[in-house]
Amino acid sequence: MRVFTYERASSIEAAARAAASSPTAKFIAGGTNLLDLMKLEIEAPTHLIDINTLGLDTIEKTPEGGLRIGALVRNTDLAANDIVRRDYGLLSRALLAGASGQLRNKATTAGNLLQRTRCPYFYDTNQPCNKRQPGSGCSAIGGFSRQLGIVGVSDACIATHPSDMAVAMRALDAVVETVKPDGRRHAIPIAEFHRLPGDTPHLETVLEQGEFITAVVLPAPIGGRHIYRKVRDRASYAFALVSIGAVIQPDGTGRVAAGGVAHKPWRLEAADAELAKGAKATSAALLADARPTEQNRFKIDLVERTLGSVIAEARG
Amino acid sequence: MKFDTPATTNPIDQLKVVGQPIHRIDGQLKTTGRAKYAYEWHDTQIPYAYGYPVGASIAKGRIRSMDVAAAQTAPGVLAVVTTLSVGDREKGKFNTAKLFGGDEVQHYHQAIAVVVAETFEQARAAAALVKVDYAVEAGAFDLKEAMKTAEKPAESQQPDTAAGNFDDAFASAAVTLDETYTTPDQSHAMMEPHASIAAWNGDEVTVWTSSQMIDWWRSDLATTLDIDKEKIHLMSPFIGGGFGGKLFLRVDAVLAVLGARAAKRPVKVALPRPFMINNTTHRPATIQRIRIGAERDGKITAIAHESWSGDQPGGQLETAVAQTRLLYAGANRMTAMRLATLHLPEGNAMRAPGEAPGLMALEIAIDEMAEKLGMDPVQFRILNDTQVDPEKPQRPFSHRDLVGCLKLGAERFSWDSRGRPGARRDGNWLIGHGVAAAFRNNLVLPSGARVRLNREGIVTVETDMTDIGTGSYTIIAQTAAEMLGLPLDKVAVHLGDSRFPVSAGSGGQFGANSSTSGVYAACVKLREAIAAKLGFNSADVVFENGEVRSGNRSVPLSQAAGEQGLVGEDTMTWGDLTETHQQSTFGAHFVEVGVDVATGESRIRRMLAVCAAGRILNPITARSQVIGAMTMGAGGALSEELAVDTRRGFFVNHDLAGYEVPVHADIPHQEVIFMDETDPMSSPMKAKGVGELGLCGVAAAIANAIYNASGVRVRSYPITLDKLIGGLPEIA
Ligand SMILES: Cc1cc2nc3c(=O)[nH]c(=O)nc-3n(C[C@H](O)[C@H](O)[C@H](O)COP(=O)(O)OP(=O)(O)OC[C@H]3O[C@@H](n4cnc5c(N)ncnc54)[C@H](O)[C@@H]3O)c2cc1C
Ligand code: SF4
Repeated sequence: MRVFTYERASSIEAAARAAASSPTAKFIAGGTNLLDLMKLEIEAPTHLIDINTLGLDTIEKTPEGGLRIGALVRNTDLAANDIVRRDYGLLSRALLAGASGQLRNKATTAGNLLQRTRCPYFYDTNQPCNKRQPGSGCSAIGGFSRQLGIVGVSDACIATHPSDMAVAMRALDAVVETVKPDGRRHAIPIAEFHRLPGDTPHLETVLEQGEFITAVVLPAPIGGRHIYRKVRDRASYAFALVSIGAVIQPDGTGRVAAGGVAHKPWRLEAADAELAKGAKATSAALLADARPTEQNRFKIDLVERTLGSVIAEARG
Repeated sequence: MKFDTPATTNPIDQLKVVGQPIHRIDGQLKTTGRAKYAYEWHDTQIPYAYGYPVGASIAKGRIRSMDVAAAQTAPGVLAVVTTLSVGDREKGKFNTAKLFGGDEVQHYHQAIAVVVAETFEQARAAAALVKVDYAVEAGAFDLKEAMKTAEKPAESQQPDTAAGNFDDAFASAAVTLDETYTTPDQSHAMMEPHASIAAWNGDEVTVWTSSQMIDWWRSDLATTLDIDKEKIHLMSPFIGGGFGGKLFLRVDAVLAVLGARAAKRPVKVALPRPFMINNTTHRPATIQRIRIGAERDGKITAIAHESWSGDQPGGQLETAVAQTRLLYAGANRMTAMRLATLHLPEGNAMRAPGEAPGLMALEIAIDEMAEKLGMDPVQFRILNDTQVDPEKPQRPFSHRDLVGCLKLGAERFSWDSRGRPGARRDGNWLIGHGVAAAFRNNLVLPSGARVRLNREGIVTVETDMTDIGTGSYTIIAQTAAEMLGLPLDKVAVHLGDSRFPVSAGSGGQFGANSSTSGVYAACVKLREAIAAKLGFNSADVVFENGEVRSGNRSVPLSQAAGEQGLVGEDTMTWGDLTETHQQSTFGAHFVEVGVDVATGESRIRRMLAVCAAGRILNPITARSQVIGAMTMGAGGALSEELAVDTRRGFFVNHDLAGYEVPVHADIPHQEVIFMDETDPMSSPMKAKGVGELGLCGVAAAIANAIYNASGVRVRSYPITLDKLIGGLPEIA
C-alpha cells in the first residue's frame, strides 16, 4: 500500500470537487474492495475521501412508485428491507447470494456497482493486464480463463463484472443518480452505466473522475416471479460462474439478465423477447455473439441450462 | 526404549484416561486467543521490525541485477537483504528447491529479497520498489507434455514393484478395465500462513515459527544460514494447521533470521497468502493409469497401477501407487512411477501423500470394475480383501479389518437403498451414493520426551513434539496421566521447543502414536526412578490415585518426588516389526451427493467414515481429525485445483478466493465410527495413525456417488460442473 492522505467528506459537492481535483483521488465507502486492491497496489490512490459521513443510507419511496436507495445503504440492509423483499425479491436474493454476512454489513450500494473484476491476472501485479496497466497485454487470453467472460469480450480483455447485485439492478432497469464535480445532477440508466472492455478495459463505467453516486433508483415494481440463480463450484462464498436474474410474468414473458458472462451485467432486449419461447431461444439470443475461450465454452451450455431451470421454477 | 516385540499388557490398558473422550486441554487457550501463534509473540518492550518478502516474478532464469536503492531509502526501511547479497547457500536437506541465496530462479515467487522496516505497511510498500533484471529461461510447466520424457527415479524411491505375471493374466482375464485418471496440483491452504519471528542475542538466535518438525527445521536452518545448530533456539508451541506444508524449513524463518541480523532488531516475517501457493510446496498433480483384470466371479487376477508426476530437478515422486501394492488381492501385479521435470514450485508432501491422490484414482477404478462385473462395489472389495502383503505373501498385516469397516458402514449408511446410476431424484437433485475404501500406512518415527515430577505431585512433560491443531497436547497429557496414575489436571505439557527432547514431530499420521510412545518410554523411566528412590521393587509397583504403591506401602507422588523432584527421559525407537508385519490403517467412506440436474453442481448431503486404526487415544480429537480430513476430501473431489498457467509457469489462482476449499455450506452431516480394536504390533500404545486415514478415499467415494447420481463418469479431478453438464438430461 502506498502512502495516501485522507479526509472525511463534508458534503456531496465538496467530496465530488475534492475527488475531481486529483486524478489519483478516490472515494471510500465500505472499503471492502478498494482496500484489498490498495494492499496489492492494484489501486494506488494518493488521497482518500471517506464518504461514510454523508448519510445517504436510507431507502425511500419515489413519487413514481419506485424506490430510491441511498448510495451508502449497506448490502445487508438493502437485502432485508421489507419493500425490497416484497416488490423486488430479485434484488434481495441477488444480494444474499453474494460475499458473506460480514462483507455485506460493510458493502454499500454504490461500492457494489463499482467493484472491480476478479480476473486472477488482474490481481497479480507481475502479470500483464490491460485493465490494471493499459497496453501491457492480456494474460487471461490463452491462459486461465475458466471464470471469465464469453460475450462482449474484446482482444484486450475478457474479464467479467463480478457483482450479483448489479445483475438484479440490470433486470430491474435501475437508474444510477450522480452528482458531477461541477455540481450538476445526472441520471444514468444501468444499461449504460458499465462499459464493455473494447480497447480501454481500464475504463469500466461512464462516470467521470470525481462523479459521485448518490442513489440508485428502482422504477415502480413490475410484479412477476423474481428468481436469482447463482451457479458456482462451492455452495457459498464464491463468485458466480454464471448467474441468472429473471423476472417472469404469469404469461411466460419477462426479463432476464446474466452475470459471470460479460464485463457488465448482460441483458439484451432481443433475448427478453424470446423468453416465452423458453430457455433455448432466449439463451441463443442472449449469447448470440459469444466468443468463449476453450476453458469457458461450457458457460454457453450452462447459461441455457440454468435459464431452463429458472423458467421451470417460475412455471412450477 | 526399543519397541521390538508386540506389546503385552501395560499401564495404558487401564484406559482410565487414555481412550477417554476428553476435550482438548489447550482448547480454552485457543478459544480465548491466549494460545500464541508464531506471529503473535509480542512483547511491548521489544521494538520489532517487520520483514516483507519479494518473490521472483518469473518462473525460471537468472537474476542479472537488482536495484534496491528506492526500497532502501523508502520511509521506515531498516534493511534490504537480497538473494544476491547473501550469495549461494547450501540447501536444507529436506528442501528440493533452494529457499534463498544466489542468482538462480527455480520457480515463480521464489524469495529473492526481504525488506525490513519499522512497520509492516512500510515494508510492504518498499518491497514493491525493488527492481529486478532477469534473464528469462524456458521451462517445463505442463505435466501432460513433460510425462513423455519422464524418467524412472532412483531405486531409493521404490519406483517399480511386480509379482506374478501381470501382462499374461490381464490378457486372459474375463473382465478387464484400462483407464486413466488425473489429479490436480493441490495446496495445503492451512489457515495460519507461514510466519516467523527471529531475535538475535549475540551469536545465538531464537526463532518463533510455525513448524511441524522442530528438529528438521533447526538442522536445515543451520545448514542454510551456516550457523551452528546449537546456536538456534526454535519455538513452535501452537500451529494453525500445516497439512505437510510446514514439514520442511520455509523461507519465512530464513528471511526473519537474515532480516534480524541486518536490521539488528527482532524481525517478524509472514508469507503473504499467494506465497503459500507459489513459494512453498504443494501436492503435485498426477496422471494415473490403472488396469484391472478379474474372473467373472469377481476375483481380481491382475492389477497394475502406473503414475506420472512432476517436480523440480532432484525432486521426488508423488507415490500414488503406494496403496495399490497392498490394498487388494491378486496374484499378478505391477506398479510403476515415473518422474517428469517441471519448473513449477516444489512438489512435496501434503496430508496422506501418495495414498490421497492414489486412492482418488484406484477407488474409482474399483467402482468401475464392480459395475463391469455386475457386482455391488462393497461386495467386490470384500471379496478381494487380503490379510497378507499381496506382493510378499509371507508378510502378514499386523491387523487389518477393512472388511469390518465396509460391512458396518454399509449397514449404518443403508447402503442397500442405493439406486442404479441416474435413477434417483429429489426435486432438481439427482441423488447418488458412493463408497470407497480408506487405506493409509502406519508409520513410526523415533520420539523422545522428558517427564518431570515435582514436589507438588505435578508431572510436566517436555518434548519437541508439535500440535498442529491435532490434539497432541491432550493425548500426551492423557498418556502421562495414565502412566503415573494421576488425574489430567496434575499433568502439564510443554511442546514445540528445541530445548526439549527430539520427538517424531507431526506428519504422515505418525505423530500421535510415535510421540505418545516416546512419552510412555519416558514415563517408564520416571516410574523406575520413583520406585528406586523409594526402594520399591519396580515389578509390583502400582501408580494409582496420585500414589505409588508396592505391597502394603503407599506413598503420595508429591512426597516421592522429594525437594529436587525426579526426572525420566527416554526416546522410543523401533525394531523390525514394521518389516516383518505390514502395518496399515483402514476405513470405508460412504457418501450421498445431489447433482443439480440443470447446472451440474454437486453438493454433498451426508458422509460416513468407519475407521480401523488401532486404539483410539481420544475419540474427540480423533473424530476432529477425521471430519477435518473428510472436509479436505470434499474439496479435493469438488473444487480444489491449482490452475497452472503453462505459458508463464505458475499457479494462477494463488489466493483463497481462487483456490476454493470447502466452506461450511459445503459440509453436511458427517458421521465417524471407530472400530473397537488395538494393534499390539504398532507400539505400547497399541494405536495407529488416524489423521490422514480420514482423507484417503473420500474424494473417490464422492466421485462414485456423483456417477451413481448422474450416470456421468468423470476421471479427472476436481469434478466440477463443466465436466458433468454435457452428460446430464436435457432441460426443457
Ligand atoms: C471475500 C469477498 C467476497 C466477495 N464476494 C462477492 C460476491 O459473491 N458477489 C458480489 O457481488 N460481490 C462480492 N464481493 C464484493 C463486494 O460486494 C464488494 O466489495 C462491495 O460491494 C464493495 O462495496 P464497498 O462499499 O465496500 O466499496 P468500496 O471498496 O468502498 O469502493 C469500491 C469502489 O467504489 C467507489 N465508490 C464507492 N462509493 C462511491 C460513490 N458513492 N460514488 C462514486 N464512487 C464510489 C470507490 O471509490 C471504489 O473505487 C466480495 C468481496 C470480498 C472481499
Ligand atoms: S481479462 Fe482483463 S482483467 Fe484479466 S488479464 Fe486480461 S486485461 Fe486483465
